[in-house]
Amino acid sequence: MKNILPQTSVDFYLSGENAAVLYSRSPVDVDCQRRIWAIAQVITNEAICIDVVPGMNNLTLIFDPELQQGETLLARLKTLWELVEIEQFTPREVQIPVHYGGEYGPDLAAVAVHTGMSEQAVIAAHSQAEYRVYFLGFQPGFAYLGGLPSTLTTPRRTEPRLEVPAGSVGIGGQQTGIYPVTSPGGWQIIGRTDMRLFDLHRRVPSLLQSGDIVRFVPVDASEQNGDKHA
Amino acid sequence: MLEILRAGIQTTVQDQGRSGFRHMGVAQAGALDAPAMWLANRLVNNAGTAAGLEVVAGPFEIRFMRDGWVALCGADFDATLDEQALVCGWRYPVKKGQKLRLRGPKSGTRVYLAFDGGIDVPVVMGSRSTDLKAGFGGHAGRALKKGDRLPLGVTYPLKNKLGTPQRQWTPEVRVLRGPEFDQFDEASRQSFFKQVWTVSPQSNRMGYRLQGTALHKSESADLLSHGVLPGVVQVPPNGQPIVLLADAQTTGGYPRIAVVIAADLWKLAQAPLGRQFCFVETDLEGAKAARKQWQNELYRFEWSLYGK
Repeated sequence: MKNILPQTSVDFYLSGENAAVLYSRSPVDVDCQRRIWAIAQVITNEAICIDVVPGMNNLTLIFDPELQQGETLLARLKTLWELVEIEQFTPREVQIPVHYGGEYGPDLAAVAVHTGMSEQAVIAAHSQAEYRVYFLGFQPGFAYLGGLPSTLTTPRRTEPRLEVPAGSVGIGGQQTGIYPVTSPGGWQIIGRTDMRLFDLHRRVPSLLQSGDIVRFVPVDASEQNGDKHA
Repeated sequence: MLEILRAGIQTTVQDQGRSGFRHMGVAQAGALDAPAMWLANRLVNNAGTAAGLEVVAGPFEIRFMRDGWVALCGADFDATLDEQALVCGWRYPVKKGQKLRLRGPKSGTRVYLAFDGGIDVPVVMGSRSTDLKAGFGGHAGRALKKGDRLPLGVTYPLKNKLGTPQRQWTPEVRVLRGPEFDQFDEASRQSFFKQVWTVSPQSNRMGYRLQGTALHKSESADLLSHGVLPGVVQVPPNGQPIVLLADAQTTGGYPRIAVVIAADLWKLAQAPLGRQFCFVETDLEGAKAARKQWQNELYRFEWSLYGK
């Protein structure tokens, strides 16, 4: 599995005084990203950088220029890009219980109309898919998830909401994601989870980490199937 | 303890910022003029990394609830302790019940106040800095309000008033070429360095938006989201650059035309809205020399304070 990606498809460069960057120009795919997660894990374990920040197809190492040479880190990145096996990265699997529809998912009906599916079919498609956390950014604990079934692609709301509750699960274009904190937002909200995406009091504050496999699990599926226990 | 009597426009508890959590989307936060916060702390014999106050504009007033010391660094504000005028860059003894008042800045934008013992709010992810956007750190994760009370740490015996000359603000901000510099067309690459940029009113702790002749890319290659840091100068599609500062998001996707060197980032923090300045190109050696110069200034300052 070594050297499956030629060196020519990837750039290594410094950005400013304190950042070393690996930037792959190959098309976005999970294998490239797995390589990045694997390298990030190695560098994190080596504890040679202040921050190790995966992006989409890229990895940024932030270092103290008084303690580290940027060129040394670039060389390390080049070596790892060649040597790391993507199997080296073992993802965690995180299940996220979601209350779909109703007051928790005010836009479920709109997504159903747009996709030409029933609400039940939207829930089924959204919760049966397997997602990957490509990277985190935008807000503490916000995960950029890949893997939304193309049948669920729905444009953002024309009128963004001023307040989307924390834990809301939404679809925005080809992306799905979870709002870690209550904030303004334009995504179509189809459900909500009780899990805290970001909690200062946990040892690791962010629930999700780059590379995680994420599944959404409908809460109280029996009721959502219409089998009300009267 | 300190009591806030008037909070000004945006007063926050800040230290040297947060690191080690950027991969979770946690911004750096911290004093925008980090060297000024550091100097103010050292004047009252705190660790440079202690927490103090960043005050953007008056009217600001606090009451001391114990005897101690205060130091001011950064912007030159019209400052008084009861009736006594205070000079920026100095430390002063304070008595319980005395009031410190800040009106407006005479020059600069942000003044930093340090108190002996430091502001002892809880450490969140390694820092006491306020993350205004995410709402944690500092005091209750927000800018201070009238009536807030802030705990102070243990005091040390200090003797006399002491001061240090403040750094001079000049309208030249040194930058390194950014990773996408060459993607801009020839005219834009030249005009980035030749033109005078104006700090737009839509500037805040996340970033300073600049106004000037728009910059254009010659290639239209789209960038994927990547890690960004304070100092990165990104150019959104409207061609008006944004200099990212301490509260900036951890990832971004706009082309990076330049990166402000660490030693000059404070100049943006102290540039008032509407102020004009230029970017001057330097290289890694130049950036290193500038860092070294600041280190030497710090050593001299430490020696003059505590070395004798």
